[in-house]
Amino acid sequence: MTVAAESAAGVVQSVDWLAIAPPTIAAVVGLLVLVADLFVGDKKKVLLGWISVAGLAVAALSLLPILNDDRSTFCLTDGANACSYTADRFTLVIQLLVLGGALLAGLLSMSALKDANGTAGQLPEGEFWFLLLSSAAGAALLPASRDLATLVVALEVASLPAFALVGLRHGDKRSSEAALKFFLSSVTATAVTLMGVSFVYAATGTLHLTEIAEELRHVDGQLDTLAQTGVALTLVGFAFKVAAVPFHFWVPDTYVGAPLPVAAYLSVVGKAVGFTGLILVTVVAFPSYADVWGPALAVLAALTMTAGNVAALRQQATRAYSAVRLLAWSSVGQAGYLLVPIAAAGYADNPAEAEKAIGSTVAYALMYAVVNLGGFAVVALVGRTQRLNRVGDYRGLYATSPLAALVLGFFLLCLAGLPPGIIGLFAKVTVFSAAVGAGLGWLAVVMAANVVIALFYYLQWTALLFRAPEGEPVKHRVPAPLTAAIALAAVLGIALSGAPQLVLRFSDTGLF
Amino acid sequence: MIDISESVMQLLLALIVVGPLIGAVAALLPAPPGLKGKSPDQAVLRHGVIVTGAILIAAIVLAFGFDHDNPSKMQATTDISWIPALDVRIHLGIDGISLPLLVLTALLTFLCALYSYFKMPSGPSPKAFVALILVLESGTLATFAVLDLLLFFLAFEMVLIPMYFLIARWGGAERTQAAWKFILYTLLGSVVMLLGLLLIGLKSGTFDMVALATDNGPRLSTSVQVIAVLAIGIGLAVKTPMWPLHSWLPDAHTAAPTVGSVLLAGVLLKMGTYGFVRILLPIAPDGMHTFAPYLAAFAVVGIIYGSLACLALAKQGAKGDLKRLIAYSSVGHMGFVLLGISTMSPTGVNGALFANIAHGLITGLLFFLVGALKDRTGTSDLDTLAQESGAALYGKAPRLGGLLAFGAVASLGLPGLAGFWGEMLALFGAFKPADDLSRPAFLTFMAIAAVGTLLTAAYMLIVVRRVCMGPVAPGARGAAKTEPQALADVQGYEFAAWTPLVALTVLAGLWPAALLGLTDPAVQQLLSGGKS
Repeated sequence: MTVAAESAAGVVQSVDWLAIAPPTIAAVVGLLVLVADLFVGDKKKVLLGWISVAGLAVAALSLLPILNDDRSTFCLTDGANACSYTADRFTLVIQLLVLGGALLAGLLSMSALKDANGTAGQLPEGEFWFLLLSSAAGAALLPASRDLATLVVALEVASLPAFALVGLRHGDKRSSEAALKFFLSSVTATAVTLMGVSFVYAATGTLHLTEIAEELRHVDGQLDTLAQTGVALTLVGFAFKVAAVPFHFWVPDTYVGAPLPVAAYLSVVGKAVGFTGLILVTVVAFPSYADVWGPALAVLAALTMTAGNVAALRQQATRAYSAVRLLAWSSVGQAGYLLVPIAAAGYADNPAEAEKAIGSTVAYALMYAVVNLGGFAVVALVGRTQRLNRVGDYRGLYATSPLAALVLGFFLLCLAGLPPGIIGLFAKVTVFSAAVGAGLGWLAVVMAANVVIALFYYLQWTALLFRAPEGEPVKHRVPAPLTAAIALAAVLGIALSGAPQLVLRFSDTGLF
Repeated sequence: MIDISESVMQLLLALIVVGPLIGAVAALLPAPPGLKGKSPDQAVLRHGVIVTGAILIAAIVLAFGFDHDNPSKMQATTDISWIPALDVRIHLGIDGISLPLLVLTALLTFLCALYSYFKMPSGPSPKAFVALILVLESGTLATFAVLDLLLFFLAFEMVLIPMYFLIARWGGAERTQAAWKFILYTLLGSVVMLLGLLLIGLKSGTFDMVALATDNGPRLSTSVQVIAVLAIGIGLAVKTPMWPLHSWLPDAHTAAPTVGSVLLAGVLLKMGTYGFVRILLPIAPDGMHTFAPYLAAFAVVGIIYGSLACLALAKQGAKGDLKRLIAYSSVGHMGFVLLGISTMSPTGVNGALFANIAHGLITGLLFFLVGALKDRTGTSDLDTLAQESGAALYGKAPRLGGLLAFGAVASLGLPGLAGFWGEMLALFGAFKPADDLSRPAFLTFMAIAAVGTLLTAAYMLIVVRRVCMGPVAPGARGAAKTEPQALADVQGYEFAAWTPLVALTVLAGLWPAALLGLTDPAVQQLLSGGKS
């Protein structure tokens, strides 16, 4: 190896700590909480929650100093311009999404942990916060990864704690079954991805995304099939994370079995991990195989949104946990919309077009993160008194807690894409325009049909909120962290509706 | 007519669009001290009257300040960038085409608010009712005032949720299904429309209606125009509604509360036809040429179909609902509007715009009247009302009967009233359509549509005979039957709400030039591609 011959200064790299601060802070705080758990008395476990939420906030704030410059670290020393960790605009936006999402999910968890305290479904607090922060650290590392090894490691760091989080409720059969289902299907998908990575490595001889892109342009004719198979298989693991068809069956049961804040976390951060990985491998690593993954993702998007929306439509309002199930299926449908611009990027004529399409996905994801977490927060609020959390239980919510009902109605209409959810509407418009601009007229039409299907169940739920209540209304007493989470999401959603440019600008400029 | 500086005009237009929204938010908040009124309900209903009244005054001042010598010029324009990423601009402005619709909307909403103040439809709290009416007003006014395609779409969608809740919460029998049908039809249409709008925007590089209209679509190839017209046309045709996409309308009207019906027929339907004139005619003329004969054919079928449906409903023993009947008559009237548009000639389009306004006034009045009748008798079923011999409204409530007869003859297009000019001009337009459209085809359409006017006259007269005429039941029919129920005649607030509509119907009938003078220059400019 040539490295051995070089001087020590060449081997020992200087690490740009500022660039890697966001995932690092999350991970370090996670470890701190795990250790602190040993020394904190049972009465003061709430402290752990506040430390974790503060840690996530600091991690999110640490994005500020590196806002305006592209930083890279862990670069190859042989002069090739390839780095393993890059903090460009894309990375920062996704890290903001992930850490913000984890923060909101953390706020939800605080009241969930407190409520579960002393009941049969008690959650161990120290472990919970450690797992949540570790998973968030992995998810924050993923968008910065620029080589396949780091990418897979980040994917696993984000996923493995999530399995444990899903199954954390001791002695709950539903919880452990959900965790097992989630674990088995996820591990299978990751194994397939690893195989794909190995094929790609075999065909190109490198793991760095930019170098792969270069090498794939002139793959040996004999290795072409290998490279193509590798490209396709690599996508599988990420498609699983996004919960794209046919890797979506785990979603409803997992969401219902998991503690509600964890379901909220998975629905936003889990999906962010998936589509970020997809973007990195498709647009950065495999642009020359756009004719393979472009149509594949387009079909996947169409199937995913249709399957998710149709299943959500068939949810019965009286079934136990139907509110969570409905959100679960709707999140599958939303994942379909997220995939549309990525597919459109495969049809783009030049890299700038592709980056704009990617920007549409990012803009949509930001909108989705805010309103979906907000929706979960209100569902968590109602779930405190209505243990079964049926959609039917939301009847007349306006009479008991008008603000919660108005806010949930707003979130649902944002997801549906109807005014007054202006941000939802324009986020859909960017996705549509990415599809129309790429010439994917059929996909736009499929999506149009899906938007109408989705409207039906979102609006049905919204209408239920304002119906006359059945029976005596029960007053909810709302804990502070939950109020904070709902208020934060609502303020963000309303601000974005007034100034959609805040997120939509990503669909207009390059992110890489 | 009066000189108002441009910046004041801008402010006025912005106020007209945003004012109702602010009013809607204010309606949800508790009333401030000093404005509490007799009860919270009364206070919020009064709030609705005040806000819509202020908007109406603003609209009238705007109409007076409008430069009537240059109606083809966009006036009171505001142009601010809102979402640069999507190239969405807050571009507002009015010309001779949108001004009458703007004033009509402000007027009808005010009258509805006034009517509800005295006669609140039964249902949940008036707070939400007033807020929804105001959001609805803002959405419709914005539709007529915006000059950006995506903003137009936003405004177009904005009315859906309020109308849905108005029907579903304050409506009559089978309101839930009717509300669903309304929103799903319209949404399916408008999502398709969005695709068409995006196609135009992406292919031409701008969403600005004025820029697109003045280019007369040179940058859009014919095939793009054809697809765009098909997609946008479907969305607008659902809203208008055009046969065979109309089936949501009768249900929605039958179930909606009175003011809901008035606003639905009076202003919401106009959003569809306005879109045809404002977007499709100038921006995609080639595409419109391709589809004009089909549009005309569907329009004519709609005219005949609407009339025949009304005839069937008006028949004795058909259990026809009066509201449903007027809804079907709307399908016929909007058929004339579409026929006028499809001729692509100045005469036809002017006629269409005139018929638009006339329909808003007359059908709004008719829905008010039928709603009042339903409140008094408890039914709008024609057979129950008329029994064997007729409901004898002339005898029981002469003023109400007289107004109903007035509305009916105005609706059938009696010369001298508003309904006449629009339909006649639309037929004239079909007599001589734009140069490159097949004249024989349009002559045929004209002949069939003319038959439609006869059918309209037939069913309207049947309705008048069955509802207004008939013997006032003699008191000597036995003690069990006793006296005929005395019907309260027109009340003061009803007079207040209906007189403006009657007066404007007569005015527009006798002095059509007032309206045509506004629309004609603007239409000429639109059809010639911005070269006036």
